[in-house]
Amino acid sequence: MHFKFWGVRGSIPAPGPQTVHYGGNTTCIEVRGDNNELLILDGGTGIFPLGQSLIPEFPLKLHIFITHTHWDHIQGLPMFLPIFIPGNEVTIHGAADPITQRDIGEVLARQMEYAYFPVREAELNASMRYLNIQEGQSVQVGGVNVRSMLLNHPVLNFGYRVECGGKVFVFTGDHEWPFNIYNEDDPDYADYQQMVDEQCSRVVEFFRDADVLVIDTAYTDAEYPSRKGWGHGTFGSSIEAAREAGVRRVFLTHHEPTRSDAALELAFDEARSSHDVGRERDPQFDLAREGVLIEI
Amino acid sequence: MAIDATEVPDLVERMPAFPQGVTKVLDLASRPDCAPKALVQVIEHDPVMTMKVLKLVNSAYFGLSRPINSINHGVVYVGINTIKNLALSIAAIGMLPKSNKAGLDMNQFLAHSLGVASVAKLLATHLGVPDKDATDFFVAGLLHDFGKVVLAQFKPEVFRLCLDQAAEQQRSLHEVELESQGISHDEIGGRLAEVWKLPPSLAHAIHHHHHPERGPEDDGEGMCEAVFAANQIVRSLGFGDAGNPVIAEFPPLVSERFGTDLSGLMSILGDLSGEMEKARLFTQL
Ligand SMILES: [Zn+2]
Ligand SMILES: [Zn+2]
Repeated sequence: MHFKFWGVRGSIPAPGPQTVHYGGNTTCIEVRGDNNELLILDGGTGIFPLGQSLIPEFPLKLHIFITHTHWDHIQGLPMFLPIFIPGNEVTIHGAADPITQRDIGEVLARQMEYAYFPVREAELNASMRYLNIQEGQSVQVGGVNVRSMLLNHPVLNFGYRVECGGKVFVFTGDHEWPFNIYNEDDPDYADYQQMVDEQCSRVVEFFRDADVLVIDTAYTDAEYPSRKGWGHGTFGSSIEAAREAGVRRVFLTHHEPTRSDAALELAFDEARSSHDVGRERDPQFDLAREGVLIEI
Repeated sequence: MAIDATEVPDLVERMPAFPQGVTKVLDLASRPDCAPKALVQVIEHDPVMTMKVLKLVNSAYFGLSRPINSINHGVVYVGINTIKNLALSIAAIGMLPKSNKAGLDMNQFLAHSLGVASVAKLLATHLGVPDKDATDFFVAGLLHDFGKVVLAQFKPEVFRLCLDQAAEQQRSLHEVELESQGISHDEIGGRLAEVWKLPPSLAHAIHHHHHPERGPEDDGEGMCEAVFAANQIVRSLGFGDAGNPVIAEFPPLVSERFGTDLSGLMSILGDLSGEMEKARLFTQL
């Protein structure tokens, strides 16, 4: 199995000389199984160049797994070339919207409505299929197995655990570690904390012994208090969770759009020293970078 | 005039919540600094919102591998923003009218539900149930009479006859309901909880709150008995009113569970006016 980052930026694309090293496209990861099965995790703007790169493989069967439907994770989908080409088979997996009770297909079709995009979903030439994902569900794509888990974000967000040939790749999508909504002197504090602790250990189990973990690390530890509840992780929380889960290799992603390459490296260096990264048995930590291909 | 239980879930989809809950949710959600715990508190003091949120988080849309039995539990699993938007979508339906053609006073009903919820939670602690599960008793108490809201909303004429007849003849409301409509509020509430995949212990406690002995035997920690007892205690205190004129003595199963009868249990619990006052606060607009 191998994978390639096509977009590592959070919230909104951030092109320009300040971000050219790590890249300005929003979230998109290409994962290939041992038999070249093609899985794409999220359809941020990075999916546009990915689509161009796939032309030699047409006609093509591929599966897109959407972690959640915030713009930065779906905005590239209408410009993803394979959906316009007859003969291609595209299956999109994602969460239904429980509030409006719309399926993932309906949620995504809305960004191709007349006011937003010239081509309607019904006019796509590829054969399109949409499947709602439920928590804990396993989807088999050739020799690749994908299991989902609901993580904490301001909308339903599924993390995906991708396994093939004994190797494990995990992507969180956007995830903030759940926190206690009560103060320590509130009567509900202790019970709530117990539920939070249980949920956190379930998430760690979901990461357990992964060969690669790609994890939302939007904020520095210092930035976090003013952004608590926004749905993203920190350098500190990602480092500690990866250690606890016994992960081998970690890529920190969802870089802040305002963070230049230099500032990103500075934040990473500071986190490494304040969390004493590099101790014995530590995972290998890296910043996710657009264009990088990793063999697992 | 029988009631078709199969049509009830669809009717309830479009049923609004209590004015107290709806007003507070709209107010809280319009504030950028809305504290999650404040929102949870409003939802968990409104029987309709609680029922509907539990219904949604236990539905296939989430596909969660375990049943969710409280609003807090739901927040941990699906996140506060999703719960907030669920509450907003319920608030958008409108509000239950304060009075209805059935003649059930919704403020008094809410007071009754909140009173039973609080006392059921106290009884959980009295039974040695761990704190985290005592919340489930509160939810069961809050939802035990949900079927009456359904009847008042959708079958007001026949429900009014039941209320009048029970009052005139000083008979148990659920027995009169059974006679005249073929189904009573406890069964309606219990069936809804079942259809909506709420945790089985909660569904049983709602379904059998007038006859704990008819529930499944392995009902765990005594939730159903606690709701039965709380129901009699709150009515003995004259707190709130949900239309049943009869205060029932404890059947053997309930007195065995608590080791005493109704008056015995009330003297063990002591002065409940503080608890009832707290409950009363949530009936104010
Ligand atoms: Zn994002
Ligand atoms: Zn997001």
